[in-house]
Amino acid sequence: MKSARLLAVALAAATASSSHAQSNAPAAPYAYAQLPDPRQEAEAKALMETLRCLVCQGQSIADSDADMAGDMRSLVRERIAAGERPEAIRAWLVERYGSWVSYKPPVEPVTWPLWAAPAVLLALGLWLARGRFRRKAR
Amino acid sequence: MIAETALAALWLAAALSLLQLLFGIAALRPGGSDVAPAMRPVAVAQAALVGLAFLLLIQLFLRTDLSVALVAANSHSAKPWLYKFAGAWGNHEGSMLLWVTVLAGAGAAVALFERRLPERTLIATLAAQAAIGLGFYAFLLFASNPFDRLFPAPAEGNGLNPLLQDPGLAFHPPTLYFGYVGISIAFSFAVGALVTRDVGPAFARAMRPWVLGAWIFLTLGITAGSYWAYYELGWGGWWFWDPVENASLMPWLAATALLHSVTVLATRDGLRAWTVMLAVVAFSMSMIGTFLVRSGILTSVHSFAVDPQRGAFILVLLVLYIGGALALFGLRVGTVREGSTFEPVSREGALVVNNLLLSAILGIVMVGTLYPLLIEALSGEKLSVGPPYFNSVSGPLALLLVAVMAAGPLLRWRRDRIGAMARRLAVPLGLTALTLAALLVLFPAIGLLPLLGLVLAFGVGAASLAPLWKRNLRRTPLFVWGMVISHLGIAVSLAGMASEAAFTRETLVAAPIGETVSVGPYRVRFDGVEPLAGPNWSAIQARFTARRGDGSPFVLRPQARTFHSPPTETSEAAIATRLDGQLYTVIGKQDEKGRWQLRLWWKPFVTLIWLGGGLVALGGLLALLGRVRRRRAAREDEA
Repeated sequence: MKSARLLAVALAAATASSSHAQSNAPAAPYAYAQLPDPRQEAEAKALMETLRCLVCQGQSIADSDADMAGDMRSLVRERIAAGERPEAIRAWLVERYGSWVSYKPPVEPVTWPLWAAPAVLLALGLWLARGRFRRKAR
Repeated sequence: MIAETALAALWLAAALSLLQLLFGIAALRPGGSDVAPAMRPVAVAQAALVGLAFLLLIQLFLRTDLSVALVAANSHSAKPWLYKFAGAWGNHEGSMLLWVTVLAGAGAAVALFERRLPERTLIATLAAQAAIGLGFYAFLLFASNPFDRLFPAPAEGNGLNPLLQDPGLAFHPPTLYFGYVGISIAFSFAVGALVTRDVGPAFARAMRPWVLGAWIFLTLGITAGSYWAYYELGWGGWWFWDPVENASLMPWLAATALLHSVTVLATRDGLRAWTVMLAVVAFSMSMIGTFLVRSGILTSVHSFAVDPQRGAFILVLLVLYIGGALALFGLRVGTVREGSTFEPVSREGALVVNNLLLSAILGIVMVGTLYPLLIEALSGEKLSVGPPYFNSVSGPLALLLVAVMAAGPLLRWRRDRIGAMARRLAVPLGLTALTLAALLVLFPAIGLLPLLGLVLAFGVGAASLAPLWKRNLRRTPLFVWGMVISHLGIAVSLAGMASEAAFTRETLVAAPIGETVSVGPYRVRFDGVEPLAGPNWSAIQARFTARRGDGSPFVLRPQARTFHSPPTETSEAAIATRLDGQLYTVIGKQDEKGRWQLRLWWKPFVTLIWLGGGLVALGGLLALLGRVRRRRAAREDEA
């Protein structure tokens, strides 16, 4: 499936180049560079894949060219390098940007139906399928 | 004049679909009417007219007729020929016209080739197909007219989104639509059979080739789209659990379940109501997907334009058709006599488990896709449901499904014994255990899901070939070959997914020209960059020389392109394909110190993902040929 993020990449890249030229702030050091420790990098990568790039529709920060995604990647890597736990970084980002930023839905009353859905669906299916076998003529 | 002719053809096609519906109703009324013989020719004429309208739209794009609003908004005279051609459906109106063309074409194919279905059920089926068509013709003519004129005509068009300017655009949307919209035949068959109360093995045998045909295209379309996203986006991802991807996955899951349940109905006269239900659900998923993508609820490269009126229009059609079909199902399900029931340990028992798991996965994907939209509509709260949810929730079910797939084809119809099945599975089970042991020793750090995926891929790959064991291969029916190859394809694809997840090596660096970096088994030298001009873009092209161990070096040339209209930057990855994987390279921006951002991946066996998808589709094709051949032989016997 051709992904939805193509347009977003295009838009983000188009705006990124202009804003990049204007800002004099130093580029985020870890936007396009890995952490030296492979274990930490793996941890950071796993977290980045579950964080939404806020300026691109439907795309994680781990695979976006947008400036903001780069800044967020750098932030995640720096905090992981400083020893912070991935879930603490996620919580900090959610507090700042809302649940929208995390691809992992929180477990709270509003998402209970979402998390219950698999069990409910399976139970419903099993109940339907059981009927197929039980009514067999002996 | 071309646009006016096309519009007239579209109106005529719409009128014919109304006629087709009315004829159908008249012919089915008690006492009947003698219009029935006109149904087939009307269906074919309708498809010919909408096909003409579609060809004329392509012609307008090829000529870059800027007095047509759609062309002016989405094309450009300097665009390469291929993208003028494929650009005809790279926009909202054009893609909806393609949608309706495939719908009418599917109806015409049934009218031309379906000879097995009882006449009354066929009439009801064609009437149902016309009823669907009518709504979408209305949508085109009143809310998405592709042939609107623009006065005065602009001097130049706006151009096509550069990310769509890829040969993939010529292949992916039509293929996907053949499957996505072609599955409407199953929907119409189900409605037809409910109307005439004629659900049984004969109905299932008639429907099966059509479901197979649509499913083959759907499989190919999804596979092609995944590969397109993989090489175009420049980050090496191949599936994102994006709502638009899910919109294509849901009909595939339903069609796959239908494909298996229709076999139970055809062979054992079981799962009658369930099969009809699945046929309705499969195309309903296509319509829900169309709503998600075309309504503007989601912003994506697929949705092109946001217009709430269009969303409301499709939503009304959705409620009308899905609601209507479900209401009919509710009314008639009581009259559909329960089919046979089964022994739990039997081929049909395994197929029920297959349907249970596929439906559960379908339900999960649907809930995960729609839930955030629902919550936002109700409370305004924005939620994201992404890979962590879908992988953790549907991943285990999918692996269980694959395990069942290994055993199912080795079970006998009606009744079997677990001991006998275990003996038939002995070799694959042994291989599974060996793989598990080898992986745990060689790669102790591998994650749980990739580990299970790899182990299952080997075991299931072996088990999928087991039905051919001790068989005369030359006399094995083609549809058995089809099943074997499709199941093998699933195992191959799973191996690719698990290998990509477990063994990918990534190198992201800012490197000056002349530096050598390593990724996986490769050493890659960054030789330099040069400017490059294309027909409607300019680019920075990098030159990498890659070398594996003492092997001979080879050159990769990734580009960072800048398109002129509309102004957009894209990255064109350079990918080297080897038997055991792909080296994927991307050139990024230059930083303030003059170094370039390089992104390099070594992805072992990643190509198996799409090779497996191709095998699945190939298996479907063989099964289809086998069924059609057997049907023809049966007809000749009767004659």
